[in-house]
Amino acid sequence: MKAALNVLLKGLVILVLALLIGGIPSLSWSQNAYKIGGLFAITGPSSFLGEPEKKSMEMVVEEINAKGGIDGHLLEAVIYDTEGDPTKTVLAANKLISKDNVLAIIGPSLTPTTLAIVPVVEKEQVPLISCAAGIKITEPIKPWVFKTAQSDVLAVAAIYQHMQKQNIKKIGVLTVENAFGESGKEQLLAQAGPYGIEIVQAESFGGKDTDMTAQLTKIRSAQPQAIVCWGTNPGPAVIAKNVQQMNIKIPLYQSHGVASPKFLELAGDAAEGIFLPTGKILVTQQLPDTDLQKSVLVKYIEQYEKLYKMPVSGFGGYAYDAMNLLAKALQGSDGNKEKIRDALEKIKGFVGVSGTFNFSPRDHNGLGSDAFVMVQIQKGNWKLLSP
Amino acid sequence: MQEFLQYLFSGVTNGAIYAVIALGFTMLYNATGLINFAQGEFVMLGALSMITLWKGLQLPLPAAFLLTVAVVALVGLLLERLAIRTVRKPHPIVLVIITIGASILLRGIAMLVWGKDAHSAPSFSRLAPIEIAGATLLPQSLWILGVVLAIVIGLQIFHRKTMTGKAMEACAISKRAASLLGIPSERMVLLAFALSAGMGSIGGVLIAPITMSSYDMGMMLGLKGFCAAMLGGLGSSWGAVFGGMMLGILEAMAVGFFSSDLRDAVAFFVLLLILYARPSGLLGVKAVQRF
Amino acid sequence: MRKLKYGFFLLVIMAAGLGITNSYYLQLLTFIGINTLLALGLNMLMGYAGQISLGHAAFYGLGAYTTAILTTALNWSPWLALPAAIVLVSLVAFLVALPMLKLSGYYLGMGTLGFGMITFILIRQWSTVTGGDSGLVGVPSLALGPLSLASGKAYFYLVWVVVLISFIVCERLVDSRVGRALRAIHDGEQVAAAMGIDTSRLKIGVFVLSAIFASVAGFLYVHLVSFISPNSCDFLVSVRLVTMVVIGGMASIWGSLLGASLLTILPESLHVFSDYEMIVYGLILMIIMIFLPQGLTRGLLDLYERSAAVYPRKVKSREPADE
Repeated sequence: MKAALNVLLKGLVILVLALLIGGIPSLSWSQNAYKIGGLFAITGPSSFLGEPEKKSMEMVVEEINAKGGIDGHLLEAVIYDTEGDPTKTVLAANKLISKDNVLAIIGPSLTPTTLAIVPVVEKEQVPLISCAAGIKITEPIKPWVFKTAQSDVLAVAAIYQHMQKQNIKKIGVLTVENAFGESGKEQLLAQAGPYGIEIVQAESFGGKDTDMTAQLTKIRSAQPQAIVCWGTNPGPAVIAKNVQQMNIKIPLYQSHGVASPKFLELAGDAAEGIFLPTGKILVTQQLPDTDLQKSVLVKYIEQYEKLYKMPVSGFGGYAYDAMNLLAKALQGSDGNKEKIRDALEKIKGFVGVSGTFNFSPRDHNGLGSDAFVMVQIQKGNWKLLSP
Repeated sequence: MQEFLQYLFSGVTNGAIYAVIALGFTMLYNATGLINFAQGEFVMLGALSMITLWKGLQLPLPAAFLLTVAVVALVGLLLERLAIRTVRKPHPIVLVIITIGASILLRGIAMLVWGKDAHSAPSFSRLAPIEIAGATLLPQSLWILGVVLAIVIGLQIFHRKTMTGKAMEACAISKRAASLLGIPSERMVLLAFALSAGMGSIGGVLIAPITMSSYDMGMMLGLKGFCAAMLGGLGSSWGAVFGGMMLGILEAMAVGFFSSDLRDAVAFFVLLLILYARPSGLLGVKAVQRF
Repeated sequence: MRKLKYGFFLLVIMAAGLGITNSYYLQLLTFIGINTLLALGLNMLMGYAGQISLGHAAFYGLGAYTTAILTTALNWSPWLALPAAIVLVSLVAFLVALPMLKLSGYYLGMGTLGFGMITFILIRQWSTVTGGDSGLVGVPSLALGPLSLASGKAYFYLVWVVVLISFIVCERLVDSRVGRALRAIHDGEQVAAAMGIDTSRLKIGVFVLSAIFASVAGFLYVHLVSFISPNSCDFLVSVRLVTMVVIGGMASIWGSLLGASLLTILPESLHVFSDYEMIVYGLILMIIMIFLPQGLTRGLLDLYERSAAVYPRKVKSREPADE
């Protein structure tokens, strides 16, 4: 009897393995639905990016479907988690293209994962709208690759412009040890000269490090007039606290990586007085009514917060813009990828959450300097600074 | 001078964190000869549970503290009972993978319960940073050091004076001989797991105010804490404290006098150095070789 | 008998290559092949020679980065970069093995972990050469003269032919004097030394061999994906490699295939669970290790043998103790 059970068990194991290999079949509810792929870092260290991006994309798809879809076709979002891992992203991209037959892909959330699938989408000729910031994604131009996130170039320019006005000439730089920090550091170094700024000390920190007083001490001893910290939560919050603890009085600038309510929560009163560039979404209410983006922002915030019962973040906006841009390009394309790509490239004056998009054959990011505004944290709130 | 002192204090802050984690490793190794790769996750669970109970549910500090430790100790208990004890052939590599699997499992659960964002906790005492000769030190660091010392002394007393403690040490020396003498060795191992988990959680509770706690904070801390334990000597509680402090200070000095880029590598360089030069660690007594 | 087994395997590869047209499945199988190479090398070290390595992803990374850097920055041909990568990795492995293999048990595991972490950190921080965290793009694909190997199908064949060759090499090794000496070391190092086996030379040799396997796997990976970043060689990757070996079955060449397959497919099929994926993954690891600690190969074989009681057929007499 026991032996028979054993055989049964063995058979079960094989059955389960076969099922896992074959994949649990997904139900597709409409034969002529337009399938759109999504690749986001939903779990893993960058989930603060992927999670709101996924939610924003799904929100737009739902909204469009409620109005009857595009050209009579309903949209279906097929979203996979990249976990921020390039190898997984490559596999997932192939899955979307060959198995799910998507018309276009939105995402990924990070620069390395995007770069890993650029060869894939170029070869298979599938439009890709990335939500990552790295400048290498769209420079040099690749026909099928677009992105909606603002470049680090613009963020650094915004910071340096502000510094110029304050007559700051010497700065210390503290960057996080990942692709975002690296890219930021590259830009900070590259643009320093033209703005007449000298970087007197550059240090780095790990994403999960608990104390940066050593790095700050080294920076302080080089006597800069301001410090720029480039990273994403929680590191910059620790640094803000360290700066407060060490009684460092010179201005602290952060990157748009901390442009979220989470930073305020983590840094507490240590956030007071910090300068940073951010997309307009954080200061929507302070924008003049004449600002083109205001109505789009208000709508996004209302919709998102009503649906998900949690505050928005600028990062989700990248996917929101991407999906809306794609929706526009889908109109009249009849599901032809080439037409979708061409349509995307022609989009001009599209007002999104991240800025106003003007694509062209030579510009697949489409954003200008209006994508960023400088804010200062005052009394636990983001205060829009006049340009 | 001010800089050197600040580096020292920075080292002390991180060092105290490593010390408390190293203690957990040492404690378990002392009693069972096992290395638990999930130790870092116990620290994470302690930190996050504390935040929920103290900040979220607004329980008074001592109650939240005790409840946190109890809950995480229970998790350690479950791990031993369900996973470790049921293994029929405890080859070390098998146990290593089980604890690795456990750490992934615990991280996954934490991600669901506490979400993917970081959480912060207020300090135990609302004191301003202490300033000495221009360098500042957070009072919370002193809290950590104080509790760590208390734990070490407590462990010494436990092992030398109480019956249970001596029984545990007997099991560590030889399980068979201990059971021949009537010591319930299985229960001792269970107790050791519960204790080391509890200790890890105490570490988490203490460091929550200084660091930002998230579901994935445990891995790097666990690895570095292990390096600290090896540095001090896996068999010695004082070694764990010493190793932790040394590692923290070495890291800070490396940042200060060399470059912050290779900061993480310091811990592993130290590990390799110790393994080659003096495997029993700086304060370790015997050359411990279980496998 | 053995030739039959390999001939059959070759047939399966050809059939799969011809039959499967979906590029996703082809790529998945290609990745399984690359992981099998990794697991195989590590299995020789862990299963047969009995040494633990918790930092093997470092050799994988070194192989991948060497060829990536040589083919992009210095414009070398990939076929020149391959031997260069192998030589470099062998050298590093040799230098690491000399002091490292004097340790044993947990200490060896920790030592290799330390080495792996240091390599990872160096790769990540030396960004001027390695591209740092953003990685290296534009690695060229492979071509044999005028014949391009860039297509999914061609690469699939390439990888699996390499795997097949490695299987043959390993099996030959295991059955030779060297193999028996290795197993003697595994069972009892001092006894082996007493019998005149040069234990340290053999251990170092296997270590270097397993590193070479890993570097070839890295080479194949980079030229398939055209991209490499430090993510691909961090601590978690080393852990996954060890898991593949242990779950598949130590000291089992086909076990490497099983372990690699399972651990490559599992995350893909667990997509469905999204937020629960980590929990399921951790649980599966623990459960397999608790109930089948010798790995799946032996575990399933045991089940098969026990099932012989149900069906009255002659159970083949067990081959001599080693496998």
